[in-house]
Order: sequence, then structure tokens, then C-alpha cells
Amino acid sequence: MALSQSARNGWLLSAPALILLAVGAAGPLLIVVIYSFLTPGDFSGVEWTFTTEAWFRVFFERDIFDDTVSAADAHLTIFWRSLKLSLLTTLATFVVGFPMAWFIATQPPNRRAAWLFLITIPFWTNLLIRTFAILEIIRNQGLLNSFLLWLGVINDPLQILYTDTAVLIGMAYVYLPLMVLPLFAAIDRFDFKLIEAGYDLYASRWQVLRRIVVPIVRPGIVAGSILVFVPSLGAYVTPRILGGGKNMMLGNFIELQFGQGRNWPLGAALSMLLLVIVLTALLAYVRVTSSEGRQNV
Amino acid sequence: MSRRDFNIAAMPGFATIAIAAFVLLYMPIVTMVIYSFNASDSVALWGGFSLRWYAIAWENDFVKEATVRSLVLAASAAVIASALATLAALGTTRRKRFKGQTFIYVMINQPLMVPEIVTAVALLIFFAAIKKATGYTGLGYLILAHSAFCVPFAYLPIRARLEGMDLTLERAAADLYATPFQTFRRITLPLMAPGIAAGAMLSFVISLDDVIITEFVKSAGQDTLPTYMLGQLRRAVTPEVNAISTALLVLTVLMLTAFFLLTRKRG
Repeated sequence: MALSQSARNGWLLSAPALILLAVGAAGPLLIVVIYSFLTPGDFSGVEWTFTTEAWFRVFFERDIFDDTVSAADAHLTIFWRSLKLSLLTTLATFVVGFPMAWFIATQPPNRRAAWLFLITIPFWTNLLIRTFAILEIIRNQGLLNSFLLWLGVINDPLQILYTDTAVLIGMAYVYLPLMVLPLFAAIDRFDFKLIEAGYDLYASRWQVLRRIVVPIVRPGIVAGSILVFVPSLGAYVTPRILGGGKNMMLGNFIELQFGQGRNWPLGAALSMLLLVIVLTALLAYVRVTSSEGRQNV
Repeated sequence: MSRRDFNIAAMPGFATIAIAAFVLLYMPIVTMVIYSFNASDSVALWGGFSLRWYAIAWENDFVKEATVRSLVLAASAAVIASALATLAALGTTRRKRFKGQTFIYVMINQPLMVPEIVTAVALLIFFAAIKKATGYTGLGYLILAHSAFCVPFAYLPIRARLEGMDLTLERAAADLYATPFQTFRRITLPLMAPGIAAGAMLSFVISLDDVIITEFVKSAGQDTLPTYMLGQLRRAVTPEVNAISTALLVLTVLMLTAFFLLTRKRG
């Protein structure tokens, strides 16, 4: 009864979408939390016995013979690789993406749309196709190795495929548009008169970039970084195709638990761990942007 | 004016890096397209121009089935997601902020925040239980999952469009004794149509693009084009995948171009 007519209509109109999302996306996450506290079934699935074993096994392992507990090195290696590759991907896309966004934003308006279109095509193109395209380039008989061999820089093809480098190249390649688009949006709003003012006050190019441009377009930088970091951390397709079986990332390790690993509770616990890390990053992002908003006021 | 801005804004090396990056961005895709017309069996050697791999993909019943399934799925998801997103956008814009609105935003944008692999795992567990209980293994699960993760992609452009519309015209219609339904049908809906079209197209492409959730949710024999390709990549890389990829790429570019032309004309 406290609800106004307007608020009630708001809820009623939103209800169908909320129900769909509750059934098809958000609700099942709660089931994952429950599954992470159950015992693995013999073949797959779970048995309904409560245990914290899955969570324990995320970080530690028990020796089969004498029950000594040690850190689960194999798991920690995978966590570390996921984190390292995601951070490097974010950095690489920023270093390449910032000049790209700047270049597009400083084009004359009639040409700007065309450049933006060129960046949106890869953005909309199937991730699998783009990963596959980069696979063709970096494999041993691929274009890159053929070119280097032809130049005479190397005598034998470089083994790039199925290494961490391949995963890094692939992720930077597929996620680059996610960095460029928010950066462009921020630079596009930037008032270039401020640069003129900076130069008038004898600032160097570097000072202008560092002291004027970067602080003002920071929301775009943060947004781009989050947009690249989050899918990188949960990446599945790119590491699976370019990293091969050995260089797993968290996403592939989770999948393994539901396939050959046959340990659904462990997979559920790992998924929740990934979710917590990602949500923490997003929360930090909201904090940073909202406190910045306050500073600017 | 713009010329002066351009000079002031010039940063040494930025244009070079940008152009090089654009070339690198397109080189793999262009290479793939070129090699899809390769006559040779090998993916590495050039054997002359031919449409052979397109013919082979076209003849392949798995590919045909997967294509139809992908398109049906994407169309269903686009229709459902944009319809529900339209309602939600009408409910959450152009009215006084109400309690729980933040919750609605978070729920709608949830698929953008949760890593896809986590949602995939959650749906696998949830649907496995339902499949066991009901025995139903049809396309319904995929349609449900795809519609759900398409909602935010449909919602964002529709909401942006609505926020740019003020209530003047609707008030004028009401002053002229239009019923609320008439106002909606004749004023609001036509005005927000470009946003809905944009949302539906975005959803269509996002659904067509999906690999992870589909791979986890699909029942046996329910491959979509992307999961079929992923399966092929696991075995051996054949030029057939090049041909399918190129066809999908052309579809995406065509839709994008149509979309840009459409919105340009209206806006």
C-alpha cells in the first residue's frame, strides 16, 4: 500500500524480465553454492551429503597415504596463470587501444564513423571465429612463421601455439575492441581546448597527456580495463583453442571438473571463487568511479 | 576549426600505432576469408581459387542442421529478450525513482557481470536436474538460457532511446483524449521502435555468437554452428571451418551495415 501507482507499474512492467533472469541466469547460481558443499557422485552429479571437502580441495590437497595436508600447487598454478594472463591482456589492450581510441576521436567527424565501424566489426564477430583466425596466423605453418622464415630471422618455426604467449596474444586480440570502445567514448567527450591551455602554459606533450588527458578520461580507462579483465579471467574458448590441454586457465579447469574430472562440487566451488573475484573487481570499479564523481562535484 | 583541433590533439606515434593495430586486427580475419577459397586440402598451402569448401560445408547435414538451429535460437532469443526488455525499460525510465529500482538494474545487468563459464555451470546443474525429472530434452532450455543472457543487450539501447524521449508528446496525446493504449500504440511505440530494433539485432548477434553456455546446456545432437565448429577444432583444422566462419562473418557484417544504415536514416 505504501507503493505508489508509478512504482507498482514499474515493478509490474519489469516483472517478466526479472522472472526470466531469475530462472535462466541468477537463480541457478544459488544452486551452485549448494552444490559446492556436497559430495561428488560416483560417475557424475552429486550425493546429498554435506561436506566442505570441495572448498578445502580448492586450495589444499591431502596425501592419499599419510593424510598430510599441503597446498594444491597444481590449482595455485592455474589461478596464478589466469590472473597473470588477464592482467597482461588488460595492459596490452590498453597500450594498443589508447592510441587507437585517440586516433579515432581526433579524426574529422565524417571519417570518425567509418573508423568506429571498423572497430565494431571485430567486436561483433564471433569470438570463436576470431580465435580461430589468430590460430591460423600463429601456428607453426602459419603466416607469422612463414614470414619470419622467409625473412631469415629464424631457421625453425617458433612454437607459439599451445603456450601462454599464444593465449595472451589471442586474448589481447579478441578483447581489444572492448578496450577501445569505452576509451573512445571518454576521449570523444574530452574538451581539446584543455590541451591548448596546457601547451600555452608550457607543458610538454608528455605532461599534457599525463596530467590533463589521463585524469579526465580515467573513467573510460577504468571501464575498458574492467571490460577486458573480467572476461579474460573467466576465458574459456581462447585458452582452450590456443593454450591446448596443458596451459589451462580457470575457466577450462572448471569445465574439466564437469567433464573428465567428474567432481561437480569442486567445479561448483571453483566457479564461486571466480565469481567472487570478478564481483570484487566490479565493486572496486563502482567505488572508484563513484568517489571520483564526488571529487568532481 | 576541426583542422586546428586535429593539430593540437596530435600525439607523435599514436597514428602509426593505431594504423598498425587496425592492420593487425584485420589481417587474421582477411587471411581466413582468403583461405576459405583455397582449393587445396591443406590449410597451409595455397592451391588456387575454388568454392570447394563452401560446397562441402553446404552438403554437410550437420552444418545444415546446426545453421537452422542457430538461426531459430537467435531469432527466438531476440524476440523474447527485446519484448521483455521493452516492458522493463518502460517500467524503469521516465518515472520517479522507486524503491527496488537498483535491484531491477542489477538483475537485468547480471548476465554482463557474471562470467559466462559460471552461468554455464549453473545452468548445466539446474537443467540436468530438470531433464532428469521431466525427461524433456528439447530446444526449450537453450531458448530460455539465450533469452536470459540477451536481456541486458536488448535493454540498454531501448532504455537509452526512452531516456532521450521526453513526455511532451504523450501528454499532448492525453490532452487530446487519447486512451493510454492509443498513446502507447501511436506515440510511444513508434518513437522507441529504433531502440527496440537495435536491441533485437544486438540480441540476435549475441545469441548467434554464444559458445560456452550453449556447449554446457545443449542436449546430445543439439549443436549450434559455434559448438559444431568448436567440436571440429578439437579434432583437426579443416578448411571447411574457414568456409563456415566466412559465411557467419558475412552475415554479421551484413546485419551491422543494415543496422547502421537504418539508424542513420531515422536518426
